[in-house]
Amino acid sequence: MATDTAHDDHAHHTPTGWRRWLLSTNHKDIGTLYLVFAIFAGFVGGAVSMGMRIELAEPGMQFFPWIAEYIAGADDPVNAGKHLFNVFTTAHGLIMVFFMVMPALIGGFGNWFVPLMIGAPDMAFPRMNNISFWMVPPAMLLLVISMFMDGPSGFTGTGGGWTIYPPLSTSGQPGPAMDFAIFALHMAGAASILGAINIITTIFNMRAPGMTIHKMPLFVWSMLVTAFLLLLSMPVLAGAITMLLTDRNFGTAFFDPSGGGDPILFQHLFWFFGHPEVYIMILPAFGIVSQVVATFSKKAVFGYMAMAYAMSAIGFVGFVVWAHHMYTVGMDVDTQAYFVFATMVIAVPTGVKIFSWIATMWGGSVEFKVPMLWAVGFIFVFTVGGVTGVVLANAAADRIMHDTYYVVAHFHYVLSLGAVFGIFCGWYYWFPKMSGYMYSEAIGRIHFIVTMIGVNLLFFPQHFLGLAGMPRRYVDYPDVYAGWNMVSSIGAYISYGAALIFIFGVWKAFRDKVPAGNNPWGEYADTLEWTLSSPPPFHQFSTLPKIK
Amino acid sequence: MAQIEEGHHKQEIKTAKTAVFLALFVALMVGMAYAAVPLYEAFCQVTGFGGTTQRADTGSDIILARTVRVQFDANVADDLPWDFKPVQREVEVKIGESQLIFYNATNFANKDIKGSAIFNVSPASAGAYFNKIECFCFTEQMLNAHQTVDMPVEFFIDPDYATDPDLEHVNIITLSYTFYPVED
Repeated sequence: MATDTAHDDHAHHTPTGWRRWLLSTNHKDIGTLYLVFAIFAGFVGGAVSMGMRIELAEPGMQFFPWIAEYIAGADDPVNAGKHLFNVFTTAHGLIMVFFMVMPALIGGFGNWFVPLMIGAPDMAFPRMNNISFWMVPPAMLLLVISMFMDGPSGFTGTGGGWTIYPPLSTSGQPGPAMDFAIFALHMAGAASILGAINIITTIFNMRAPGMTIHKMPLFVWSMLVTAFLLLLSMPVLAGAITMLLTDRNFGTAFFDPSGGGDPILFQHLFWFFGHPEVYIMILPAFGIVSQVVATFSKKAVFGYMAMAYAMSAIGFVGFVVWAHHMYTVGMDVDTQAYFVFATMVIAVPTGVKIFSWIATMWGGSVEFKVPMLWAVGFIFVFTVGGVTGVVLANAAADRIMHDTYYVVAHFHYVLSLGAVFGIFCGWYYWFPKMSGYMYSEAIGRIHFIVTMIGVNLLFFPQHFLGLAGMPRRYVDYPDVYAGWNMVSSIGAYISYGAALIFIFGVWKAFRDKVPAGNNPWGEYADTLEWTLSSPPPFHQFSTLPKIK
Repeated sequence: MAQIEEGHHKQEIKTAKTAVFLALFVALMVGMAYAAVPLYEAFCQVTGFGGTTQRADTGSDIILARTVRVQFDANVADDLPWDFKPVQREVEVKIGESQLIFYNATNFANKDIKGSAIFNVSPASAGAYFNKIECFCFTEQMLNAHQTVDMPVEFFIDPDYATDPDLEHVNIITLSYTFYPVED
């Protein structure tokens, strides 16, 4: 209606070529850009982790000294190799968090489906949406450049870990490499904040008539909570890393004890961001899984209100548990007791979600199409990771497991497996809608099965390694850990192979061009995006839909 | 048509308001991150968090029979050419009793150097009860080339120490200092 008026005529023009993408203000095109970028970044971050698993497959130093000598041309390959391993660990963490999971779930699916699901023509601020996306590739470029800049004497790249704790990230990492990594975080963080403002404004102001807050699909709820978490936590990271930057370059002493600062303060600030950040990565996956489980169980989701408010509760409590990452810094017993308690409280709303998904399936006419396989896989791996999370929440137990592979296994089960299964779940659910083409069900199934075997082979043995005391972030280990590390590495190769099957499936879908139809999933795919054509028109809902 | 235009305009104002509010919120959170720096420092000083010791003008009137061993630790930053050590390894004091001890510092360098010391006590939970009346760490210390000085610390342990359940079995406290150079 409003777009029919004369001054809005330009909105009907469909841009083509590079203008369509670089100058895009269309939420679907920007969502596509985010998804393509996330797939690319996922392969880069995955290749980096393959390097780590090749090194760790056997005790001793083999792969990184080789890279250092023959590719980087280092004079001292063994020590350069050790540093390079740390650089890879850092890059893997930052790329996967900021350039794979977040762009895929928030920028990709969020941009594509928040407006479609609430019956809006586009995001509230289309131009801001453009800048949010176009800040992300340069941010990743800064991080990649950082790997080639001077780091600690004689080496390149920053090896401070994704947590960039001082003093390792200040006096321990001289040279511009760390500064570039900090700038990368600044830029990615600013992009996320702009994206979050856009999402909240869209959801608050642009819902179609009748789409009340309590009628919004759960995916939209998940994006709303996620956007609020971003808005609250990202600025704190920005502040903390700016302090780090001035400590490094301008002589301030926020985290330097000799000037009256305290390095522990950085850990508090970092985890005040970092803990909500892990929910930022998993909540959108919760939303996707809720849609998919309901669709393929042919029932409405069980406990809609409980599901929506469980996400809100997880988001809220997520802000008051940060110090459970820091049990070993010397907090007194009462403080630790509080953080143990608060952390375990999160298991309650999380349990509400898990049981509601199961209750949705219970008595439903469950159809195990590819998206549903990923959804059920998600519930399984997320529960495994959640259970080890409750173990780690205990301060006394955490003293033993802190910084071991048990922690690595835990957070990869919830993030690497949980969030990534959520992404694939959304991909296979919405790919027909986004592209208009149906993919090969068989390849989707093979992709799922190979991934499921690969990632469990990769991460489950890491529980054993951690309990046996193998610390994380080391390039080498004693021979006693050899067996399970080999198993873990084989799992890693299988997982990477699975990612190639995924790419093959996407390529095949675009080659075969099997039309998907408006709604391939049946009447229980009842959110608004399924009322549109596949792919949806360049501009949709010029007449706003009415929700009963 | 005019009505639709007006509705469109209202919608734009509403979205702009939301965005401005959210942007202010972001600015507030950045401010909070910086506010955390002085707040954290104040919090540590008030609660003795992380073993931050307390400052007192006078000693305690109450002296208990229970005694605590206080041990002394000394460290020097790599780039400060000083020797720095406690004169006595440890003392045994009654809770509430004021005690004077000394550290000894020598400047090896051929030039005058200014240093300042940071400090804490272990276990951290004892910080709130560890009161210093006099300490070389309150000010910067100037040592002339090759000068040796004895530096005093006068402290007492607050009688409330005896009522804290966390410290019921804590009978050894370590007071630690690290000297850093001060650049002018």
